[in-house]
Amino acid sequence: MDSAFIPNGVRRCAPGKFLVVLAVAGAVLLWGVYAMLLCWFKGLNQTNMNNNYGFALWIWADLAVIALGGGAFFTGFLRYIIGKDELKNIVNYAVLIGFICYSSALLILAIDIGQPLRGWFIFWHANVHSMLTEVAFCLSCYFGVLTIEYIPLILENRGIDRVPFLHHLGHNMHDIMAVFAATGAFLSFFHQGSLGGVAGVLFGRPFSFREGFFIWPWTFFLFTWSAAAYGPCFTLLITRITEAVTGKKLVKDNVVELLAKISGWMMATYIIAKIVDTLYWANVTAPSKGFTLMDFYSHNAFYGVWILILEIVIGGIIPAAILITDKGRKSPAARTTAFVLAVIGVCVNRWVMVLQVMAAPVMTFDKWALYYPSWQEVATTILPVAYGVILIAISYRYLPIFPQEPELNPID
Amino acid sequence: MFPFNFEWIWDMPHMVFMGGLWYALGILGVGMTYCIIKAAVNAGNHATGNHD
Repeated sequence: MDSAFIPNGVRRCAPGKFLVVLAVAGAVLLWGVYAMLLCWFKGLNQTNMNNNYGFALWIWADLAVIALGGGAFFTGFLRYIIGKDELKNIVNYAVLIGFICYSSALLILAIDIGQPLRGWFIFWHANVHSMLTEVAFCLSCYFGVLTIEYIPLILENRGIDRVPFLHHLGHNMHDIMAVFAATGAFLSFFHQGSLGGVAGVLFGRPFSFREGFFIWPWTFFLFTWSAAAYGPCFTLLITRITEAVTGKKLVKDNVVELLAKISGWMMATYIIAKIVDTLYWANVTAPSKGFTLMDFYSHNAFYGVWILILEIVIGGIIPAAILITDKGRKSPAARTTAFVLAVIGVCVNRWVMVLQVMAAPVMTFDKWALYYPSWQEVATTILPVAYGVILIAISYRYLPIFPQEPELNPID
Repeated sequence: MFPFNFEWIWDMPHMVFMGGLWYALGILGVGMTYCIIKAAVNAGNHATGNHD
């Protein structure tokens, strides 16, 4: 039925099976869209946000997908600027995953601002003293970069590539992709950093407040560093899941191992910096504000020392140790475990920097303020996952996302 | 926001923030314009059989 649009040299499942996948993911998507419309038409009273939680599940999801989508800018940076040519075999997928992550982040923000019709105010009536303004600028521009990086992939579809203008447009965009990739790396450095900077400058909240360099708190650099370290792990994890679902090898081991090695070393250096930062904060910054470390991890029903161990040891030291060793990297099981732990680690980091910050008491008369998201918040947070599944399914079916697929899976 | 809007102030934050935004958008805009014009020229050459 659609064989004229399927890339040359690859085999895809029957259209019926493909449509079933789309229908299942589409049903989840519709559930999320219904919750989104409730938030838009009835207002943010549909959420469990309150005076304690101006930032809640959505902002955690935003920060998490932006960090996980960091694989796109860092892989693009390694491929086009540093010249790691082997990564051309995975950069397409990194771009697709980044595109999904960033479009999801913008969608969540469109729900979170309550009145999306006024979304353009942040550009036109910009508060030029706010790190969040910089985030909005860089996020929007970088989504533009990801769209520009994704378009040539769409133009490589067999049906579209027959049109001469579109064929040449795709080639021309490939030719100057380094310019776009460099712009993307520049934008990513600043918006990833500023997302961390927002937490770090909260001098009224000693759990997140950090000293820093000039106007930038240390969290600015840690967020950028962690996105570059953990983002590629998410790209590799989704690649592994795609391989498991399709039952095919899609990327050669040497490519996976190279990206895993770079990611592992980035993670190892990041986690050392994170440990130093945590020790300085626990021993100097927090006491200077009248707090001890255990004030932030006790006397409440949820946040204990376990979350610090989960973030730094289980989600940081262990995956880094696996990926920087030859033996760990070459074992598919150990490698996949490292990717899963890394993704958990960075998600937990974003969770504590958004939600534990809000939960921890500040004044002597304050109590811990725990928060449970409403089903509308959960549904709209799951919405991007369903959207991602649909976009990956369509892109995998019709676009040459994996250049090595025909070689690794020859058709008899 | 542009310098001719009433909210504009000629100070460092406005110049850095808005300058950075227009600089990034400028690179993307010029890059895409170049690609589209070149593709149109290439497609025209393709149609006339001139592949130089």
